[in-house]
Amino acid sequence: MDMILDVQQAGFRYDLRRMIFSEISFSLAEEEVLCILGPNGIGKSTLIRCLANLNPLCAGSIRLHDRDVRSLNHRDVAKIVGYVPQAHEIVFPFPVREFVLMGRAPHLELFSSPGKDDYAKADEAIDLVGIRKIADKPVNEISGGEYQLAMIARALAQEPEVLLLDEPTSHLDFGNQIRVLEIIDRLARDGLSVIMSSHFPDHAFLTSNNVAIMQHGSFMAYGLAEDVVTEENLKQTYGVDVSITYSRDVERHVCVPHKSGQCRCRDTQHPEYPGTPVIVANTAK
Amino acid sequence: MTALSSWRSDAVAYIYKTASQLREMIVTPFMVTLLVYCLLPVLFFVSLFIGRYDVVPSHVILLLAAPIVNLLPADIVHIYPVWIAAEENVIYQIRLPRVIAAILVGAGLSVAGAAYQGLFKNPLVSPDILGVASGAGFGAALAILLSWNMMMIQVSAFGFGILAVSITYLLSRFYRNTPTLILVLSGIIVGAFFTALISLTKYVADPYEKLPAITFWLMGSLASVRYSDIVMVAPLFLLATAALLLIRWRINLLAVGDDEARALGIDTKRMAQVIILCSTLITASAVCIAGIVGWVGLVVPHLGRMLVGPDYTRLLPVCLLLGGCYMLIIDDLARMLTSAEIPLGILTAIIGAPFFAYLLSRRSVGWI
Repeated sequence: MDMILDVQQAGFRYDLRRMIFSEISFSLAEEEVLCILGPNGIGKSTLIRCLANLNPLCAGSIRLHDRDVRSLNHRDVAKIVGYVPQAHEIVFPFPVREFVLMGRAPHLELFSSPGKDDYAKADEAIDLVGIRKIADKPVNEISGGEYQLAMIARALAQEPEVLLLDEPTSHLDFGNQIRVLEIIDRLARDGLSVIMSSHFPDHAFLTSNNVAIMQHGSFMAYGLAEDVVTEENLKQTYGVDVSITYSRDVERHVCVPHKSGQCRCRDTQHPEYPGTPVIVANTAK
Repeated sequence: MTALSSWRSDAVAYIYKTASQLREMIVTPFMVTLLVYCLLPVLFFVSLFIGRYDVVPSHVILLLAAPIVNLLPADIVHIYPVWIAAEENVIYQIRLPRVIAAILVGAGLSVAGAAYQGLFKNPLVSPDILGVASGAGFGAALAILLSWNMMMIQVSAFGFGILAVSITYLLSRFYRNTPTLILVLSGIIVGAFFTALISLTKYVADPYEKLPAITFWLMGSLASVRYSDIVMVAPLFLLATAALLLIRWRINLLAVGDDEARALGIDTKRMAQVIILCSTLITASAVCIAGIVGWVGLVVPHLGRMLVGPDYTRLLPVCLLLGGCYMLIIDDLARMLTSAEIPLGILTAIIGAPFFAYLLSRRSVGWI
């Protein structure tokens, strides 16, 4: 299969301080979803910024369609890679449609403004993530979930081949987390490759083909979700005990934390299957 | 009694409803734009009628029409001078250059202010955030202190304005990935430094001649503007404004966030350089013909955002027009209110500050 993105021995550090990460190698095929797990502050966001060509690597290389990103300018990269950062505050009250329209920038000449085609593409992206209802609302007045979707729509308006999402489910309520993951899943089925970072091992089972666990400045484990998201690996990464079991209810693996001595969980049991997990998101429809 | 009061409240509700429907019909984006675009020409002509010296209104019209109408063959139509020489002099040598200068200064400062607000992602930024006004002020004060002529005062103001911003920019380069915060901090440092130099110049200036001259210059005025001043600054001014207008859609992306703009393929560093260069040229030009005029670059972009929203494709042209209007109104007031002229810098703040407070109280600015 043709590899869109190929990363070899990538390393990065800010100024002369210690390496944030090093020796990271992986490649991304079409329609593949790669989920990067890892504890806080380990460099997941930095890695994603490097992949988006926002931070230049200090070692190794990133190749897009077999061309080194260093030989490409920002605009060429932006036509292939869409980047969805973590949510941050926007001061000016741009309407959602104008905000999504900004994704057309890499396809526009320096002195031009978006035309009819660009508006059509923006509307298409808005429909794809299902935020038509709020298209005219100011982007600083919508909810966190809607804002995340608006940012994804903006990246889609870019018409990229790879979508990079930096913790797309953080700050979202339970329902919105699943909704965003469903949209990511659908986009991948439609031919987009996705790399996303997450704090929830369970999300890896929901959407991803491949999972990488980042620990001690490199990928500690990388491979199929079922092989990588294991009880030992998660214990090593997060220092908590979890159970990975196959749930017949939802027809996938699930990851549930154990009840530890410090945890004041209530003693509830599943009415039909005593001893099985309580909350599991179901995406199989 | 209750029936009557309920009938009344129904009537009131009906009137409110009709009024709001009417308002929606009238206050459409199209009408607002039309109004903004028509306001400037109207104010332009009105301003020519206003002044200390009484010119017969019909003479003003004839005077203005004459150069154009008289281009036609004389046997079809010709305007013969019915005015006296003093009237012609007042209109063409005093009021017209002054009105043109007011439009240029107001429009330029507003566009520069709007561009900076986008670049710094902060709606409270004004065009002198990087120290251009303090630098230019010091340049002028120094030139006055050294008894240079009018022309040299302007050149010195322009030069020091550019110098101040250059220092600000170089200071910020000490940090590798110049975040805009460092740029703002450098601007504050450079601004404070040149403000101190202005004070020093005032301190050593002769208190009977030089000191008042410096003080008046710093308060801003368009009273002594001549065509030669306009011709001197206009080319750079128009070039810089045109450049900002050309890249105006892309300022949107900067206003949302640097990282996102770069991820969307924008060379943010180059964009920042272009915006800083253009805004500095515009502001320095404005300061060197009008002195230090604050508040315009801060208030007008907000007024523009209230009318057409935050999208720079529409905002920047509207700022250009509104800025011209605002400055014309301020300058007309400066000429009319009292027998002696009121310095512009005073009026822009006295009118601008309460107006800004009003805008805030309306909560219609969209960012609070």
